[in-house]
Order: sequence, then C-alpha cells, then structure tokens
Amino acid sequence: VQNFITVMETLFQLVVFVFQGARVVVSRSFADFTPQATFDIKKCDLHRLEEGPPVKAELTREQGLQYYRTMQTVRRMELKADQLYKQKIIRGFCHLYDGQEACAAGIEAAINPSDHLITAYRAHGYTYTRGVSVKEILAELTGRRGGVAKGKGGSMHMYAPHFYGGNGIVGAQVPLGAGIALACQYQGNNQVCVTLYGDGAANQGQLFESYNMAALWKLPCIFICENNKYGMGTSVERAAASTDYYKRGDFIPGLRVDGMDVLCVREAAQFAADHCRAGKGPIIMELQTYRYHGHSMSDPGVSYRTREEIQEVRSKSDPISMLKERMLSHNMASVEEFKEIDIEIRKQVEDATQFATSDPEPPLEELCNHIFSNNPLLEVRGTNPWSKLKSVS
Amino acid sequence: SAVAITGCACSRTKTQRRHAAHFTFQPDPVPSQYGPTQKMNLFQSITSALDNTLASDPTAVIFGEDVAFGGVFRCTVGLRDKYGKDRVFNTPLCEQGIVGFGIGVAVAGATAIAEIQFADYIFPAFDQIVNEAAKYRYRSGNMFDCGNLTIRAPWGCVGHGSLYHSQSPEAFFAHCPGLKVVIPRSPIQAKGLLLSCIADKNPCIFFEPKILYRAAVEQVPEDPYTIPLSQAEVLQEGSDVTLVAWGTQIHVLKEVASMAQEKLGVSCEVIDLQTILPWDIETVCKSVVKTGRLLISHEAPVTGGFASEISSTVQEECFLNLEAPISRVCGYDTPFPHIFEPFYIPDKWKCFEAIKKMINY
Repeated sequence: VQNFITVMETLFQLVVFVFQGARVVVSRSFADFTPQATFDIKKCDLHRLEEGPPVKAELTREQGLQYYRTMQTVRRMELKADQLYKQKIIRGFCHLYDGQEACAAGIEAAINPSDHLITAYRAHGYTYTRGVSVKEILAELTGRRGGVAKGKGGSMHMYAPHFYGGNGIVGAQVPLGAGIALACQYQGNNQVCVTLYGDGAANQGQLFESYNMAALWKLPCIFICENNKYGMGTSVERAAASTDYYKRGDFIPGLRVDGMDVLCVREAAQFAADHCRAGKGPIIMELQTYRYHGHSMSDPGVSYRTREEIQEVRSKSDPISMLKERMLSHNMASVEEFKEIDIEIRKQVEDATQFATSDPEPPLEELCNHIFSNNPLLEVRGTNPWSKLKSVS
Repeated sequence: SAVAITGCACSRTKTQRRHAAHFTFQPDPVPSQYGPTQKMNLFQSITSALDNTLASDPTAVIFGEDVAFGGVFRCTVGLRDKYGKDRVFNTPLCEQGIVGFGIGVAVAGATAIAEIQFADYIFPAFDQIVNEAAKYRYRSGNMFDCGNLTIRAPWGCVGHGSLYHSQSPEAFFAHCPGLKVVIPRSPIQAKGLLLSCIADKNPCIFFEPKILYRAAVEQVPEDPYTIPLSQAEVLQEGSDVTLVAWGTQIHVLKEVASMAQEKLGVSCEVIDLQTILPWDIETVCKSVVKTGRLLISHEAPVTGGFASEISSTVQEECFLNLEAPISRVCGYDTPFPHIFEPFYIPDKWKCFEAIKKMINY
C-alpha cells in the first residue's frame, strides 16, 4: 500500500508538473505545508523597561500569507502611485511608503480594528491596513470623487474609521494622538491609540508636550517613531542631538525595534499595546526602517544617500523578501502560491488604477462643502461679491 | 479655460493635460541706476541679495531647514561654501525654535536671516513672531529690539500645492503692530526689498511668491541696492479704475488692465503695494481720488484678507470720490483646495468681470 501511495503521489506530481502552465496547482494538496513555526527575532533595546517583547515569534501559515498579501499590496500600490505620478495623473504631493511595509503590517497585526491610529503624511500604507481599499486610495490620489476623502484631501489626507489620517504639518499629529488616547481612557473602552511620527518630527516641540501630558495622566498612547534615517534630505546624525529616539521620551519607557521584520514589529506592538491596556501609561517604540523612494516624488532620493546603500537594504533587509524566505525555508508555503498572490494583487491594483483614472472629479459644488457644520445652508463668499457658493455640511 | 475644465471629465486622455499657469510674468525694464545687471530668476536674485549681505555684514547668519545645501528652492545655493558653515547652517525641523532662536540672535546684535520652508509652516512660530519679535522694542521701552531679524518664506499658490504648500498668510501678520510684511512681485523688486528688510531696524517677514522662483526672469543688478519699504509703486497710470495687488497677482492684474483697455476702453492704474504692513495709504488714496474706482485682488480668502483693510481705509478717506463700491476679488472662504485650485484662485476673468461691474455701476 505504501508503494502504491508513493507511485500515485509521483504520478500526481507529474500530472501537476505537466499542468503547471494551466495553473492546476489548485488541485495540489496543501497538507504537506507546515501550519505553524517559531522564528527567532531580534531582541529590542529597552529604556526604562525590565523586560521587553519575546525573542521568539510564532507564525501560522494563514498569518504569514496574510502579512505577505498586505505588504505586497502596499508595495504594488505605492509603485503604481509612482508610475501615475510620473505620468502626471497624480499631482501635488506624494510620499511613498515602499520599504516600510513591515511597520504598517506588523502594527495592524498587533492591534484591534477598534484601536485608533494616527500618522503623518507617509500614510498610504496605514490607510490600507486600516481598511480602505486600494481603489479608494488611488482615486483619492488622482483627486476623483470615488476617493476616500471625496477627492478633496489628496495624498496626505486620507481617513477611515479609527484612522485619523494623514497629516501634512510635521509633528502636529502627535498631540492629537495623545488626545485620542485620553478619550479612550475617559471612555474606559480598553482601546489604545497608536501615534506615529518620523525621525524629522522627533525634534518638534509639540512632541515633548505630548510626552509630558501622556505620562502625567497615564494615557494609553503608543508613540511610534518610524526612523527611516532621513528627515527629507537630512540624515538623523545632522538633525538630532540624540538619535536614540526610543529614549527621547525620557520618563516614558521605550523600545527600539527592527522595523524591517514584520514579526519583530508585531511582537513589539503587542507588547506595547499590553503595556498601555494594563494602565501603565504611554510607551515609545522606535522602528528602525528604510524607505526606498525619496522623501516625496520630487526627491530623487540619491543626493543625500548612495544608490549602494539603497541597494544593500533592498537585497539584505527587504521586509517582503524576508517574510517570503522565512516561510519558504520552513516549508510554510510554496513559490507558486506566492506567485499566485502576486498576480492577484497586480490585478487588484490594475483594476483600482482603471477606476482611479476614469472616475470623474468631484463636482464644483464640493469646493465649499464641509467648511463648517451648519444646518441651514451656509453661503460662502467667493472671489467676487456677487459670486457665492452654498456650503453643505 | 474654466469651462473647458468642467466639461471635460469624460474626454480626458490617459495623460493629464498640463495646467497652464493663471498668469504671464511681465518683466520690468532693465534698471540703469544700480550698475551692471545680470539675467536672474527670482531665486537667483534672492541668492544675490543674501550674498551681498553676507559679504558686507560680518555678523549676518542664514539658517533654516535645508539651507545648507542650497535650500529646497535653491535660494541659498553656494553661500555655505563661500561664507562657511558657521554662517549658513541648517536647523532641525522646528519652526518655533527657528524663529525663537532668530529673535535671540537678533537681540544680541547679529543680523539673523531665518528661513521658514513654506509660509504654511510658519504657524508654530506665530507666537514667537507676534508675542516676542513684534513687541520687543515696545515692551522694553526701546532698550532692546530684534530689528536685525528677517524671516523669509515661500508664499502663494503654485498650481499643485493644495492645502499646505499654497497659503498666503500675510493677513495674519498684518494685524500685528511692530512687524513689517513685504512681498515682491519680481526679481528686481525682490533683491531690493529683501536688502531693505535686512537693513531695516524692525523685524521683517519677507514672503517670496514660490510660483515665480523659476518663472520670473529679469536683468537684476549685481551690486546691492535697496527699494524703500512702505512705498507702493504705480506700475501703470490710468484714469478710470485703480487696481491694487501684490506678489504674483500683479501680473494677473497687468493682463487684466490691458484686457480692460482693449475690450472696454477702460484705462486702469495698476499699483503694487509691495509692503503690506505698514502700507502706503497715501499712494492708494491719491489714485482712488483720481479714478473713483478701486479693485483689490489677492489669493488669500476674502474674509479678513488684507483687501478688507485697504477697502475700509479707502472708504474712510475717499468716500465722496468713489463712483462704485470697492471690489475685492479674492480667494473663496475655504481652505486652499487640492483639486479645485483653478476655480479657487482669483484669475484674470474674475477680475475682468469685477471691472465691468464697477464701470457699469
């Protein structure tokens, strides 16, 4: 019987091999994949903490494929945005997130959809992980009415339930995040607020005001500094007296996390969320990550760093490759599966692009809507005394 | 062009049509009284002014975000190499810190030229400017002052700036006695006015129209020269309508003036206010007494925009000379929009229509 089974298996595999081109892989049994594995992850540097997140992370097959899907979708979406920008279909400002996908995916894996998140302008990744479809994101970038903010916000102003954007002014979102955390504490709903900012914003005064308030009142706020080593074109050494961003909260405990490893980010974010939910007050996480593109689409990204540096990060620490290699080496998935996912995502992004380029722009009436909240129609003065538009809100 | 944009949604091709600028830059004639000139655009004329300042004033320092490599608009290119890194240096990302620091430098006696990367980012520094810089001399009974401070910031719409890279905040600062607010329309004016601001013994805010950085090219004198502050310039004499604006909008109004002459036979007097605070009341009123009609135009929202101050003062001074209500053609009372910019800005058609209504009042 054993021999018979082996023969059948080989025959089966042969059949599958022959039909590879027609992608009959679906009929292959997935029973021979490892359902779960444990991986070693980097230990986090700690500040004012006795112990940190675990150094081993468990990953199930489903989780792994989901993280892969999330990160690959963000990657493809950002590359598509790059393409559309160069074709002048997207205009204005566009700050791309490729290279940093592990941060968004890892954080989302660790928090609940009912938790809150706020970030700065490099927000497309978080907009996706917080539940907005690629279609709506791309349509917002192209300024169409199908966009998540009705086409009125653009790249830096995308919002979703429990996702507060998308903020253009550097550092301005951090006091907001502390405020959201206060609301969570006040309402006693056991939710936390994840407040993200970059290494450039870490030198803004309002952050330190927020740290003080959060620590004083023990707000459930996770401050996360996404340190991608460059504040626009200025490297961290030239901008900050102390580049240990996880220690900058001084009296607030902190961790420094490898932001290119989605499992590391997930474990650290889980640890931080537990810390806040236990009522211990705020915590700071520094995610050491990297962006492949320049600061924005008008920045080639190579005048302040070398191409070799970018290449090195791409080849050694790319978050998507790392996850894929881990899963493949532990036989948690097959190369074909990943290829299938890639093809699906490509199609999804293509469809979204099609929508984003063909959807009409918002109507002119929208220019004046939603300035104030008003019950009777508000008249908005226009460029001339006789031209007034009606504002609905 | 406004109609074309509204009706075109279905027939748009894959590659977006380029939005044409809403104005045509009209260069001034070459000045002969300041010595040899060189072709420069707006950012080069700013660099030239800063170069002259660093050369003649050993206490002058330039600082701001990214000024060391030349600045995001290339206004400080070459200065660090020429004058050293202790005179041209970067600050971290902290506007409140930059201005506060600049006030300190100025009070201690050095000439401080601070750059705020975009006028939209000046608001964290608003407290320092309004509460500290503007009131220093007054509150110390003239014992201290920060007249050595000049703040420069790129200003105004640029075609794709949307909410946070297009604002014109001059009206917020016009409300603050103790400050001077200056906005040039062209490279020649920019260099002269900037040098005047630096020399002026009061804290000055110098807004540079960012859309003109590359678009405006003129023959600018190489040697330093100053253009007096608080003096409006009459660019074109006329007898029927007075048009007042500053910065980019001047070029729109110049076109409107020629349109009015051609199509309506109306002769317009165009005035560049140049200094917003303290503004040249006399020149504007003298002109309105002559023409009887006034149109003021700016990109900032109409409610509380600086046109309201001009309008109010002119009706006080020249009430009986007015033939028609004063017209303000300004931006809508909305945040500066992303996709709606072509509709939002007070372009030449809106100004032209305003003139027509005034003439037929």
